Amino acid sequence: MTAPPRVVVVGAGPAGARAALAAARGGIRVVLVDGEPRVGGQYHRHPLAEPGSRRLHPLERSVVAQPRIEHLSRATVWALEAGPRPGSHLVHLQQGSADAAGRTQRTLVADALVLCTGAYDRVLPFPGWELPGVVTAGAARALAVGQRTAVGRRVVVSGTGPFLLPAAVSLLTAGSRVAGVYEAGKPSRWLRNLPAALRDGGPALLAELASYAGALARHRVPCRSRRAVVAAHGDGRVEAVTVARLDARWGVVPGSERVIAPVDALCVGYGFLPQLELPLAAGCLVRDGRVVVDARQATSAPGVYAAGEVTGVAGPVAAAAEGELAGLAAAADLSRACVPAREAAAAARVRAGRRFAAALEETYPIREGWRSRLTEDTLVCRCEEVTYGQLRDAVTDRGADAMRTIKLTCRVGLGACQGRICGRNAADLVAGLLGRPPADTLATDRRPLAHPVRLGDLASGPDGPPATC
Amino acid sequence: MPLTVYVDGVPHPARPGQTVAALLLATGRTAWRSTRHGGRPRGLFCGIGVCHDCLVAVNGLPDVRACLREVCDGDRIETQDGATLPGPAGERA
Ligand SMILES: Cc1cc2nc3c(=O)[nH]c(=O)nc-3n(C[C@H](O)[C@H](O)[C@H](O)COP(=O)(O)OP(=O)(O)OC[C@H]3O[C@@H](n4cnc5c(N)ncnc54)[C@H](O)[C@@H]3O)c2cc1C
Ligand code: FES
Repeated sequence: MTAPPRVVVVGAGPAGARAALAAARGGIRVVLVDGEPRVGGQYHRHPLAEPGSRRLHPLERSVVAQPRIEHLSRATVWALEAGPRPGSHLVHLQQGSADAAGRTQRTLVADALVLCTGAYDRVLPFPGWELPGVVTAGAARALAVGQRTAVGRRVVVSGTGPFLLPAAVSLLTAGSRVAGVYEAGKPSRWLRNLPAALRDGGPALLAELASYAGALARHRVPCRSRRAVVAAHGDGRVEAVTVARLDARWGVVPGSERVIAPVDALCVGYGFLPQLELPLAAGCLVRDGRVVVDARQATSAPGVYAAGEVTGVAGPVAAAAEGELAGLAAAADLSRACVPAREAAAAARVRAGRRFAAALEETYPIREGWRSRLTEDTLVCRCEEVTYGQLRDAVTDRGADAMRTIKLTCRVGLGACQGRICGRNAADLVAGLLGRPPADTLATDRRPLAHPVRLGDLASGPDGPPATC
Repeated sequence: MPLTVYVDGVPHPARPGQTVAALLLATGRTAWRSTRHGGRPRGLFCGIGVCHDCLVAVNGLPDVRACLREVCDGDRIETQDGATLPGPAGERA
């Protein structure tokens, strides 16, 4: 007797939770794996457990109520391998307290795999960005919403993209004063796209953005566009920042620099970068830093689907629609029990999401002028402390022209984060220096391990229940 | 029920579900380790386990991401002022 087919969904954000629900409703057994304690991902962050309250978010409640879903929380997938059948995979995970020794090892066989690993903030380097107190916009929001902790008392927000607004509002809610929100782009370009934004993004999303803008106005937070923080200053921590006006290419308008002091935190975000390590490990085709999917969210790798921000950044509504479609498709392909009407409805919402993502990208492009702010000793790689000067010398003096050689020459991207933070920026800087893209941009996205694993745990193999308190 | 954890030996009240990073920030710290090469201070950066800037020692085990790790009653958290933690090449695969 063969076991009934099983879908493994990695990531329990809006995309992964919807994928799990859709596949389970299609009659398939699902294991939903996520590193976080709760269902919801980055968008539906749960406030820290209040004494006596165990309130579940509606999405979480649906997952818990669905008997065909097994939710593995605090479980990180660190490697994927080809499985026993064509299109199947072995999913290696560890469960338990983050980075503790002796986390429980498990290996699941997945007849189909849905990868919904989301994205993380991109930060463009500038002098002083390594000072403590400089954090990503996502970190500030996760801390404010998930932990009810303010990252600082007087905070500046800078970068590009609509996400800066919820990040700034979350700071206000946590009790910070926001000294300014500096958007490098020109959001008035939105106005040109407004009918399309309403059609594709949906009125709820626009209403949400309008409510953030309203909250910032009520708190008299200065919000300026075509401006950005171009340097952070301080002794051992951020104490002041320089804000400047930017020209159309994001070069600093001479004489426009202004110092804001005192500040004790700076939150920066220049959009998001998809978490690509598992899709790459599964052999999925990746283009322009995104997983390529077809009209049913199938990737180029047999048996592997992807949904949410790994396929492009379009916000939580679009991520949920993609998740639902991926779950329906995975279930249909395994059981041949297609629900065409539901697939068609989800596909229509996914197409709207894609148009919205394209509009976002057009509205908030990253301009090459950011590179002009780097000085000789601005860090490019935070882990290995590689400066811009060292990266430039590797390219111009030592003639390295592929990311792989550049990494070995100056150690950019070889540290603990495995190039997640610096890889894309380094590739862009190298492209600027060479006058063409480096030979192997993806070299910075390939990582042997999707998550750190303690050597002792690898040796010990599967054992008892997960160690959490 | 409030928990008690020890930061460099000093007891601090903590809440269930609180991350080590949130706790350290609540104690007024912004940095809790130094870099391997330059000995420069670091603390929270990405907030979601990606950057590895926030590494800290918990119960004697180094290289724990403070932004992901939830506190347990009695945890001993060691910040690393002026010293360096063993690099990721040593402890981790
Ligand atoms: C820090 C942060 C804050 C954000 N806040 C907002 C906001 O306020 N408003 C907004 O519109 N958008 C926000 N976003 C954008 C947000 O990513 C999307 O809107 C939405 O959450 C995307 O859904 P998703 O399901 O694709 O990914 P996510 O919600 O990011 O979910 C991905 C999940 O995958 C899990 N995961 C990843 N890798 C592994 C692995 N190897 N093993 C196990 N689990 C894994 C993660 O723990 C995470 O829970 C934020 C993004 C970030 C990074
Ligand atoms: S702050 Fe980036 S890993 Fe913890």
